[in-house]
Amino acid sequence: MTAFWIILTGSLVAICCSLLGSYLILRRMAMVGDAISHAVLPGIVLAFLFSGSRETLPMLIGAACLGVFTTVIIELFHQKARLQSDAAIGITFTWLFAIGIILISFFADNIDLDQDCVLYGEIAMVPLDMIVSATGWQFGPRPVWILGFTLLLIITFISIGYKGLFITTFNPEYAKAIGISTVFWHYSLMSAVSLTTVVSFESVGAILVVAFLIVPPATAYLIVDDLKKMLILSSIFGLLSAISGYYLAYLINGSIAGAMATMTGVFFTIVFIFQKIRTKNATQVPNF
Amino acid sequence: MENIALETHNLTVSYNRKPVLWNVDFKLPAGQIIGIIGPNGSGKTTLLKSIMGLTPLSSGYVEIFGQQLNEVRSRISYVPQKESVDWDFPASVMDVVLMGRYSPKNLFKRISKKDKDIAAEALEKVNLLEFSNRQISQLSGGQQQRVFIARSLTQNADLFIMDEPFVGVDAATEQAILKLMQEMKEKGKTVIVVHHDLQTAKDYFDWIVLLNTRLVASGPKADIFNEELLQEAYGGKLNVLSKVGELVRQNDFPIREKQRK
Repeated sequence: MTAFWIILTGSLVAICCSLLGSYLILRRMAMVGDAISHAVLPGIVLAFLFSGSRETLPMLIGAACLGVFTTVIIELFHQKARLQSDAAIGITFTWLFAIGIILISFFADNIDLDQDCVLYGEIAMVPLDMIVSATGWQFGPRPVWILGFTLLLIITFISIGYKGLFITTFNPEYAKAIGISTVFWHYSLMSAVSLTTVVSFESVGAILVVAFLIVPPATAYLIVDDLKKMLILSSIFGLLSAISGYYLAYLINGSIAGAMATMTGVFFTIVFIFQKIRTKNATQVPNF
Repeated sequence: MENIALETHNLTVSYNRKPVLWNVDFKLPAGQIIGIIGPNGSGKTTLLKSIMGLTPLSSGYVEIFGQQLNEVRSRISYVPQKESVDWDFPASVMDVVLMGRYSPKNLFKRISKKDKDIAAEALEKVNLLEFSNRQISQLSGGQQQRVFIARSLTQNADLFIMDEPFVGVDAATEQAILKLMQEMKEKGKTVIVVHHDLQTAKDYFDWIVLLNTRLVASGPKADIFNEELLQEAYGGKLNVLSKVGELVRQNDFPIREKQRK
């Protein structure tokens, strides 16, 4: 049963991240996902500090707001200070992440959180955090419920906002010209990424969230020709990485989150090589 | 001029404190094919962007059909430069053309059968119907441009604003676009096109706006093509200047390579 809960947690994180990551990649914002996943750290620490416990919903949302705040600062540096966007990203997230690290070391006595846990996650501990009813019935681990709810939110967001996300991703200028707010869709997506990062950090860690945000969508991008297929396929790659990662960790007796992230890279490499061979063998069709 | 499609009033746009457009003031007639011509970096694209509200104005205003942009947005169709998007995007030709049917009102609704019919009809007009399920990365430059034109046709607009639609397209596409523009004109629509090629400008357009950061001239093409104005617009660009001289010498500008790639 332990294995089941760990794999389920990993899979939920992987699917949440893969769905949102597809949009990040297509918007050439993969590194913004990286930035958010680091910059929510001070938010998480402060949330712990104030609430004294994990996973109270208002605190999660508070921490997620910090992620959105990060993207606001990045935009500000980029637009107003005329800094290159990658430099703006670099300044913002390293700075916020460093503050988070200081907060952890400073308040180490008061909160049940350490650097290792934040960076690499403790997915193996997930099954210990059971929700138990008064009658002793176990409802399953708390993180699974939270992640499940997050996934539901994301799927709803993507299916309702499909057209808005599509047009503002493909051709933002045209979207603006017909009166669709690109700012609204930008920050909606950023909020979703922030929320996902905050709720997943505990299981896979702040850094490894990035692997799930970027690698499965990039793998899918290599082979698809349609956005819907890209969303589905990147979820499948995420799911496969989570499952195979668990057994890889079991085999080598290593970090589960690390093994899951490693598997995303393995799948990418396999697909990349497969794709190279396929295009080499395919005869070039002349384009009229 | 009684029927005015577009008016810019003392329009100034600057980027990094450097003016890109300086005090541009003109009125354009409705129901004509209008070319905005000028050398590279003369602010042609910026002018279109400021008309579409995509660029903040330093001063001045734009009126379309005598109204503010937001009131007439649904009557305007904007065709951006085809280089402005990523053609490797995982989308089919149909997906892109259907975007023309999007509006702030129906953004959360599903795409209807009617939208699909309109999109198919537009694809038929640009001769791309059999490509509708193809991924956009598999198209040639001319086909990409025609996809953009088809998308704008589905909007059923009264004013079409196109940014360099003739760049990097094949002769067939060029003819197809010209024919569509004529059809639009016959239906009483106004077409505004940014164009950089002086040699073809006289054949394509009824009305010409010469731009070089400042407005050099705006009027019916017969009034615009004279040595003085062209030199003013293109002055300083030596190789272009010699081309202008040659054009002016021949007076009626017959040079035109039809099969230009």
